[in-house]
Amino acid sequence: MLSVLALTSVVLLSLASQITAIVVYTSWEKHALVGSDVRLSCSFFSWHWTSPDVTFSWQYRPDGAKEGISIFHYGGGVAYVDNKGPFRDRLEFVGNPSRRDGSILIKELDFSDNGTFTCDAKNPPDIVGHSSSVRLLVFEKVPVQAGVVTGAIIGVVLGLLILIVAIYYLMRFLVARRVFSLSMSKHGKKGKGKEGTQQKQALAVADPVKLKAAASEKKKQESRREKK
Amino acid sequence: MLAILLATIVLHLTDLIILFISTCANAWRTDGVRNYHLWYDCTQKNGEADCSGTSDADWLQAVQALMVLATIFCLISFIFFLCQLFTLVKGGRFFFTAVFQVLASLFVMSGAIIYTVMSPEMKNENDAYGYAFVLAWLAFPLTLISGFIYIVLRKKE
Repeated sequence: MLSVLALTSVVLLSLASQITAIVVYTSWEKHALVGSDVRLSCSFFSWHWTSPDVTFSWQYRPDGAKEGISIFHYGGGVAYVDNKGPFRDRLEFVGNPSRRDGSILIKELDFSDNGTFTCDAKNPPDIVGHSSSVRLLVFEKVPVQAGVVTGAIIGVVLGLLILIVAIYYLMRFLVARRVFSLSMSKHGKKGKGKEGTQQKQALAVADPVKLKAAASEKKKQESRREKK
Repeated sequence: MLAILLATIVLHLTDLIILFISTCANAWRTDGVRNYHLWYDCTQKNGEADCSGTSDADWLQAVQALMVLATIFCLISFIFFLCQLFTLVKGGRFFFTAVFQVLASLFVMSGAIIYTVMSPEMKNENDAYGYAFVLAWLAFPLTLISGFIYIVLRKKE
C-alpha cells in the first residue's frame, strides 16, 4: 500500500516537472526581400502566470558560423537592443511581454543577414525548456515557392486528360442520342441535313470495324480448316 | 503469340520500374559524398545524411512535374492494357495503351532534355551524373519502343 502510494507520488511529481517545462514558439523559416523589414515572432507557453521577471533573448548565428552572438535581451521590464553588433540601429522590439510576445523587427535587410535566429524565453519559476530557432532567408526577388510550378504542371495536364476523356464520352453519347432521335423522327418529319450526314458518318465508322472483325473471323476459320 | 504478349508485358513493367526509380530516387547528380536532385540535397556526414530541400528553380520543378507525369501515364497505360486485353474486339488495336505510353515517353524525353540543358548551371567541379539520370534517359527509348509495339500489336485469340 505504502509502496503504491510512493510510486504514484513519484510518477505525479515527474509528470509535474514535465508539465512545467516552458515551450517557446517561433516560425520555422522567414523569407524576405533585400531592403525590406522582417518581423521575427517569438511566443511561449507556460503553466505559470506571466511573471514580471519574464525574459526574452534573441541570438543570431550567421550561415556557416559555429557560434552565435546575442543581439537582444528583455529583462526586468527593460528591452536591450543590439548597439555594437551587425544589427545596431536596425533592431526594434515590437513585442508585448505581458502578453508573452517577444517579437523583434529587423529593418533594411541585407544578404549578410542570412542565418538562424534563436529565441529563448524564461518565465520564472518556469525556466527549464528548449529554445526555438527561425531561419532567415534574404532574396533579391522572391522565388516561386517550391512545388508550385510542379503542382501546376501536373494539375493542368491531368485536368486536360480528364477533360478530353469527358468530351470524348460526351460526343459518343450525343451521337448515339442523335441517331436514336433521328430514327424516331424518320416517319413523319424531315430530317435535317446535318443529322443525316452524321448518321451516315456513324454508320460508316461502325462498318469498317464490323468488316475487320468479319474478315479476321473468316481468316481464322480458313486457317483452322487448313490445319485440319 | 503468348511469348509476344509476355515479352510486351515484361517490357512495360520494366519501363514502369525504371520510371519509378528514376523519379523517386534522389540521385540525378552525385559528388561521391553529396547526392542531389530531383527532390533533396543530401550530404553524407559520418554515416548520417544531412538533407535540405532542393532549389526552387523553375526548370527543376518542371522536370519534377514531367517525371511524375511520365510515371503516372505509364501506369495508366499499363492498366489500360490489362483492361483492353480482356475487352477489346478481336483484331483490334491497343490504341489507348499506345497513346498513353507514347505520351509517357514524350514526357520523359522532355524532362531529361530540360535537365541535361539546364543543370550545368548548378554544377560543382567534381560532380557526375547519378544513376537516376541515366535511368531517365534509358526510359525514353524503352517507352517509345513499347508504345510503337502497342500501335502495331493486334489482339488475337
